[in-house]
Amino acid sequence: MSTGATKSIDTGRQPGTPTAASAKARGFVAPPKLRRPRHLGWLVMTLYLIFLLLPIYWLVNMSFKTNVEITNTFSLWPNDPTLRNYRVIFTDPSWYGGYINSITYVVMNTVISIAVALPAAYAFSRYRFLGDKHLFFWLLTNRMAPPAVFALPFFQLYSAFGLIDTHIAVALAHCLFNVPLAVWILEGFMSGVPREIDETAYIDGYSFPRFFVKIFMPLIASGIGVTAFFCFMFSWVELLLARTLTTTAAKPIAAIMTRTVSASGLDWGVLAAAGVLTIIPGALVIWFVRNYIAKGFALGRV
Amino acid sequence: MLELRQVTKKVGAATHIEDVSLVLESGSLNVLLGPTLSGKTTLMRLMAGLDTPTSGDVFMNGAKVTGVPVQKRNIAMVYQQFINYPTLTVYENIASPLRVAGVNHAEIDRRVRQAAELMRLTPMLERTPLELSGGQQQRTALARAVVKRADLVLLDEPLANLDYKLREELRAELPRLFAETGAIFVYATTEPTEALLLGGNTATLSKGRVTQFGPTTEVYRRPADLITATTFSDPPMNTLRATKSGGAIALADGATLPATGRLARLGDGAYLFGFRPHDLHLEPGAGDTIAVPATVAITEITGSESFVHLDAPDGRWVGLMHGIKPIEIGARVEVRLDPERFFVFSADSGRAVVTPPAAAA
Repeated sequence: MSTGATKSIDTGRQPGTPTAASAKARGFVAPPKLRRPRHLGWLVMTLYLIFLLLPIYWLVNMSFKTNVEITNTFSLWPNDPTLRNYRVIFTDPSWYGGYINSITYVVMNTVISIAVALPAAYAFSRYRFLGDKHLFFWLLTNRMAPPAVFALPFFQLYSAFGLIDTHIAVALAHCLFNVPLAVWILEGFMSGVPREIDETAYIDGYSFPRFFVKIFMPLIASGIGVTAFFCFMFSWVELLLARTLTTTAAKPIAAIMTRTVSASGLDWGVLAAAGVLTIIPGALVIWFVRNYIAKGFALGRV
Repeated sequence: MLELRQVTKKVGAATHIEDVSLVLESGSLNVLLGPTLSGKTTLMRLMAGLDTPTSGDVFMNGAKVTGVPVQKRNIAMVYQQFINYPTLTVYENIASPLRVAGVNHAEIDRRVRQAAELMRLTPMLERTPLELSGGQQQRTALARAVVKRADLVLLDEPLANLDYKLREELRAELPRLFAETGAIFVYATTEPTEALLLGGNTATLSKGRVTQFGPTTEVYRRPADLITATTFSDPPMNTLRATKSGGAIALADGATLPATGRLARLGDGAYLFGFRPHDLHLEPGAGDTIAVPATVAITEITGSESFVHLDAPDGRWVGLMHGIKPIEIGARVEVRLDPERFFVFSADSGRAVVTPPAAAA
């Protein structure tokens, strides 16, 4: 196989030589090839990776060190590797409870956002109605205000309904940001599906709900996946609303991490381990939708 | 039997279909012929029930179906674009209308395999549509229309996106496939040749109106007006302005000719003489009593035939010549015409006054 390939390259090159020579004789000279600084390529890449990964490496590094080592010595890797920090997190309910709380409201939010955004995006994608373009744009303007603006009204509103310190309170609050985004992303993916497919399904006899679930949703499955990722991501990293609306029972992990100052000072190691564990879910979700993320950032319009 | 009664469709201020009345018999083949934007697709969507008419009514076998949703009508439609369900296999694509209708599994399997055999899709049944060639994708869509045994089959330029060879093949097969089912078969096309090859009935459309409806050859030979004649001629019919007074006919360039033969029976007044490209000759033939000077603008050679575009006193004419003619651009030529071959239209209304004898058309 490989010899065959080599042979064909050789035979391909031979007739090329006289042609090039004759071209030169007639006054045609090929432009000089640009010399690429190939030997520097690895350096650029290495520097890039070092700057990008150094903070993460340092976090992982710290999470395996003891507090004494973190505060007293400078070491590139743990001299005395320990799993104590992780053990603290997995055994102390106030730590692992934070993860459970975070994941609970993030999942709730993702499900609600997509369930609400799917019909809305379909309407924006398929129908023309009064003020549709304005409404569509207005949705996105919800994302333009900082969350702090909404902290007060949400707190007051949820207090009145007795929703403070529940998972659903945070999940609903995050919908304010995630539903518009989900509508925008899904609308892009849906508009990529020709309207004739809808019509063909109706002609075949599908009712609207059956068509939507059996034909349409599989068609935009990657869009739903990307939307889920974006909802997850924003809800996972959002701190201000999540902290304002919870006290103890639904307190998110990020809020717990900011409150680890104890009488004996800061527990650096445990905090680093918590940080590592907070990165993992996001990294996992990214892995699943890695092929569609670029399209998601373009709001499905590629 | 499908009947449209004074159907009008308006979208905003624009009128897409205006006052169309048609009766399509069961088991008949009907061609909708018209240029793009003439309203073919809109008319089909109204027939299907995908759109509801702004005014007028649609009747199916005598029952009023205006406003009845498309799911409740037994129709099938194939689009110009290849529309299939990309996530389902070819088998499931074809089976889709039967699955929804709740047909039992053995029957579904029998009908799907039969349709696949007809469309030569049997080896592709387990693939998904996007793995198929364009022709195979469109055959999948056609197979889905076949298995349904619909009362009304609408094909909207189904072969326009296919290559030449496949088009010829499918065009010959399609009428036969659906003829056996007794369905009303409606086929939209922009090409006069395709309408003639399919036969059946033809409705010519122009700007949202049906200008004429009747047996295809009848519409071709005896167009009711200039618009129909122009629509049903590729390249469009050439026209020549003329005024008759007494025994003489004055042409636009000042030349006169004696009103003989069929032209003698015309009353005095202004007319438009129409003639098809193959009746435009550059060498005098039998009966060519008219000579009009013209300049060659473009020649197109399609292989065994040449189209010669001429700048004549009455605007641009196109002539169809057999064989490859070595004609230079800019050359002065004499165009020879036989007045017996003229379609005569009233200059005011565009209505046909005289059409050439059927045998000669």
